[in-house]
Amino acid sequence: MAQTQRIKLFLLHYGPLLTTITIFLVAYITGGLLYPAMQKPQVFFNLFINEGSLLLCSIGMTFAIISGGLDLSVGGMIALVTTASAVMLKHGASPLVVMPLMLVMGTAIGFALGSIIHFFKVQPFIVTLMGLYFCRGMAYIISDLSVTITNKDYLFLALTAIHIPFIPRSYVYIPTLVAPVMILVAFYLAYFTRFGRTVYAMGNNEQSAMLMGLPVARTKITVYAFSGFCSALAGIVWSISLLAGYGQFAQGLELDSIASVVMGGTLLTGGIGNVIGTMFGVLINGTIVSILQFNGTLSSWWNRIAIGVLTLIFIGIQSLFYVTKRPSSN
Amino acid sequence: MVKPDNNIILTMEGVCKTFPGVQALEKVDFDLKKGEIHAIVGENGAGKSTLIKVLTGVERPDAGIIKYDEKVISVKSPQEAQEMGITMVYQEVNLCTNLSIAENILIGREPMKWGSIDKKTMNIQAKEILMRLDIDLDVTRILGTCPVAIQQMAAIARALEISSAKILILDEPTSSLSAHETQQLFKVMRKLKSDGVAIIFVTHFLDQVYEITDRITVLRNGKLVGTFATSELSYLELVTKMIGRSLNELQDMTKLKLESSHHIKKDELLEAKGLGRTGAIEPFDLELHAGEVVGLAGLLGSGRTEIAELLFGIERPDSGSISMDGKTISDYSPIESIGRGVALCPEDRKAEGIIPDLTVRENIILAMQASLGWFKYLSLQKQYEIADKYIALLNISTPSADQLVKNLSGGNQQKVILARWLATNPRLLILDEPTRGIDVGAKAEIQKLVLSLADEGKSCVFISSELEEVLRTSHRIVVLRNQEKIAEFNSDVGAHKIMQSIAGTVSTKART
Amino acid sequence: MKNFNLFFNRIRQNRVFWPLAALVLILLFDGIFAPGFFKLRIQEGHLYGNLVDILNDAAPLTLAAIGMTLVIATGGVDLSVGAVIAISGAMGAVLINPLFGKTLTLNAVAAADISHTPLPLIVLADLAGGILCGFWNGILVSRARIQPMVATLILMVAGRGIAQLITNGQIMTINYSPYFYFGNGFILGLPVSIYIVAAILILAWALVRKTSIGLFIESVGINSKSSFYSGINEQNIKLFAYTFCGFCGAIAGLILSSYTHSEDANNLGLYYELDAILAVVMGGTLMTGGRFSLFSSVISAIVIWTFTITLYTIGVPADALLAAKAVLVLLVIVLYSDYTRRLMNRLSERRGASHGTNTAN
Repeated sequence: MAQTQRIKLFLLHYGPLLTTITIFLVAYITGGLLYPAMQKPQVFFNLFINEGSLLLCSIGMTFAIISGGLDLSVGGMIALVTTASAVMLKHGASPLVVMPLMLVMGTAIGFALGSIIHFFKVQPFIVTLMGLYFCRGMAYIISDLSVTITNKDYLFLALTAIHIPFIPRSYVYIPTLVAPVMILVAFYLAYFTRFGRTVYAMGNNEQSAMLMGLPVARTKITVYAFSGFCSALAGIVWSISLLAGYGQFAQGLELDSIASVVMGGTLLTGGIGNVIGTMFGVLINGTIVSILQFNGTLSSWWNRIAIGVLTLIFIGIQSLFYVTKRPSSN
Repeated sequence: MVKPDNNIILTMEGVCKTFPGVQALEKVDFDLKKGEIHAIVGENGAGKSTLIKVLTGVERPDAGIIKYDEKVISVKSPQEAQEMGITMVYQEVNLCTNLSIAENILIGREPMKWGSIDKKTMNIQAKEILMRLDIDLDVTRILGTCPVAIQQMAAIARALEISSAKILILDEPTSSLSAHETQQLFKVMRKLKSDGVAIIFVTHFLDQVYEITDRITVLRNGKLVGTFATSELSYLELVTKMIGRSLNELQDMTKLKLESSHHIKKDELLEAKGLGRTGAIEPFDLELHAGEVVGLAGLLGSGRTEIAELLFGIERPDSGSISMDGKTISDYSPIESIGRGVALCPEDRKAEGIIPDLTVRENIILAMQASLGWFKYLSLQKQYEIADKYIALLNISTPSADQLVKNLSGGNQQKVILARWLATNPRLLILDEPTRGIDVGAKAEIQKLVLSLADEGKSCVFISSELEEVLRTSHRIVVLRNQEKIAEFNSDVGAHKIMQSIAGTVSTKART
Repeated sequence: MKNFNLFFNRIRQNRVFWPLAALVLILLFDGIFAPGFFKLRIQEGHLYGNLVDILNDAAPLTLAAIGMTLVIATGGVDLSVGAVIAISGAMGAVLINPLFGKTLTLNAVAAADISHTPLPLIVLADLAGGILCGFWNGILVSRARIQPMVATLILMVAGRGIAQLITNGQIMTINYSPYFYFGNGFILGLPVSIYIVAAILILAWALVRKTSIGLFIESVGINSKSSFYSGINEQNIKLFAYTFCGFCGAIAGLILSSYTHSEDANNLGLYYELDAILAVVMGGTLMTGGRFSLFSSVISAIVIWTFTITLYTIGVPADALLAAKAVLVLLVIVLYSDYTRRLMNRLSERRGASHGTNTAN
């Protein structure tokens, strides 16, 4: 009896994550079977190369959603960071100044949004929407046209291939490594710091968390500051990858990010989820894109439809795991 | 037994608390000794929760003195109460179900190693804390996957750990526990008692009161009935103190039976056969006739509300059937019930009754409008007519029919809900605690109203915790105990017999 | 004096007050700082001018806001409005010049002022598409009990894909002149879109205020459980709200694609859901559901566009518009926050107006 109980508990705990990983493997293997060219190891690394920014801002988004909120400003932040970086570099600023400055800016904006959410007790949806408009708006003000980055350090970062040991003909770029490192950092934060545990507690039941004496206000603001940091980092990676800054970058990325986080097993109501799931959610996104590219005849919009269908399937499976009844008198 | 005074850790003297329209506590005295388990009992509206809220700093008393360890204190917030050593474990366990047991116990004060949480030590510490209470659990389990009993243990452990509490308040801790789990909880309570912790045990399970408590404080309608040593109070005496006046007074009341008995048409309106729902109410039979008021008597948790919900279609039965006008019912839902002429005025007006941000008028016509559907919209004029009619009929105190219901006092809110259901012109009206939180004058009005409805040929089911109310308004009384229908009596059979039936001290025979 | 206070309170508590006040404020600003803002001229029997532009441009957003109001009032949200607009526009474009297989429309074909489908059928197809999308959302929320944000997220993501599927990925130009009517035509000197909005507003108003639907929506949004106990069919109410929202989105798409003479599945109606939600919140409807005011949401949508056009007029560069919008949202946040509400309550209390008493549990 204890054995079945233990299996049940294991499934309950890890079920959604396993589902996400399974969907990823199924999608990837199907792609490999259909298109032998996709079996090359480089295809896997390309996922990280191409989806680096999405992955980074999804990390911040994951924390925001687990805490019971949401961050719609991520796409705007990326646009702002790329544009500001490009213009500053064009005027001769050093990358050693630009990059840290961008991170500080992202964190500061996130901090401001978190403070507004807490002190004015307004829905995160509205406040981060304002953040989105503000960031993208500032990006347009800084430069309404695309600005190319010609700084040699950026070029170095963008073009230097790092070869993967033991796997022939595989490489990544330096910025590609940022996202996996952040995943580890985020994982650590989530499970090994008081901040992380408070985020989970808040997302589950903010009132309980307060009654338990947890620093809810401080944690909430920090979550959004962290999300801002991640988005700024995503922006830096983006600006290196595309070697340009443009206010129209990353349109709609926040929604792709939410979809990835949801598919990674994080509940929109908060309290449940983790960055590993989000990573696989992003990888699924990338896999679908790859499959379509290899197909060549199917057009890119099937990506959106496929993601929509997958999300629906995933929600269906997830509801099987969480059959807890919630009271419905607001 | 006379104990030396320095054993008393807490006294409350002359505590009063009024909410608009209702006096929740009236000069209540209470004292607590170290290392005792002290029960607070009373039916709905007795004032138990208000007393506890005053003690834990959620509410401030209007009058009265609270002394803790001989010093006068004024508790301003739950945090303050906790710091003083007064902790409470709520009925809905206020922990985080997505974290492990160990984390729930220690979150916010986890042991750290090199800047990060030391999980291993945390688990060991949590296990130790629980072992001190003689509880052996797998502390790595996620709280949400544990049964409520375990969640409560974790809550108690955390509560004690946070502030090395000297007073522990348990609010209805056994409501969701099995018999075995209850025994485990009692084991923990006894351990705490031997450690000198004073425990306040708020419950409606009287047999548990007798099993584990040293003293009992009985509250009724906001007043203190008395504090007694558990060993010196019989079960029947306790029940009497809780829900009725003295037996003599009750005998007199039954003589005031109203004449409407002979108005009962023997037409059967509804018949329930073997109706039951697992975990809620054992299968029972019930017949309801037009022009008759049937009262459901019994203590909290005896299954009264569950019967009401089954009759109205809120829940589907697991066994048995209901037939109305000779036809068996197959669709269970509120809208279908309303269509058949059944109405339920629910017990929890906050969660199931009022729509706070709608006006009095809108609340009153709501069910009636629901039965008419989407497109037969009652004209505004008609709505005001109906609203005004019931405002007058039930004497609802409101500046106008456009006042938002949330601004009304509790008693008036209750009247609005009652008006809502009366407006549907039902054939069968089920009233679950319709007079809760209403002042005495209004209570009498409602009782008279119920009887006049019966006169008009309607059938009523009347549920109340106050026995004299049930006696006064019902023609027939069904007694429930422990989610089971025990007996059925004509109301002229005598209050004493009914009281005994509720208390369970006399073997009962079903009515023929 | 007391009468004035009560009167003032009544007005202040009316949901339309703030958006209307905002509108008046912006127009006053225009009157002072933007001379010529109010100039209207008549050309070929048609009225032109900033005021007309505002109403015409605001039409699609206004429609989206009307539908969104009902959804938010039930305690939900619809993130797929933009996608529905794109799908609706796509259907219109394709029905005019149907594509077979994977062919792309030849320029010559697209430039021809003919349609392969009669206009009424196009309109019907558009509406049907929108209703279907809304119905889909409604089923997910009311029957499958999926959280509204997640449920509508699915269509939001997949919807643009579907729109692109319909148009085979190309941005289609529309040259069928009767189709332009919706976005560019005039009746009695005023743009057609204004009449469409007015008609839908009247339809919506009739549906929710002349039937019990509005009352039930508010009831469900405030307290779903009590509504259930009172016999309200909460599932069907939600289904109706989402279906109607899809319907409104379809019409918005019709007007928008007609106005731009094209259908760009990627960009048509982009971010419309966000602006619509903003308009509804500005209009005083709580995101948790409950009391709503269609009129208030409409005024708010117009405020958003008046604000935008005002900035254009006083010479704010196009790039700065988005950032300015952020300021607008910030103002909304501050105005509708707890702080301001409490401040207002305290101010009116000092004047002697009575407020709700605390009730016992």
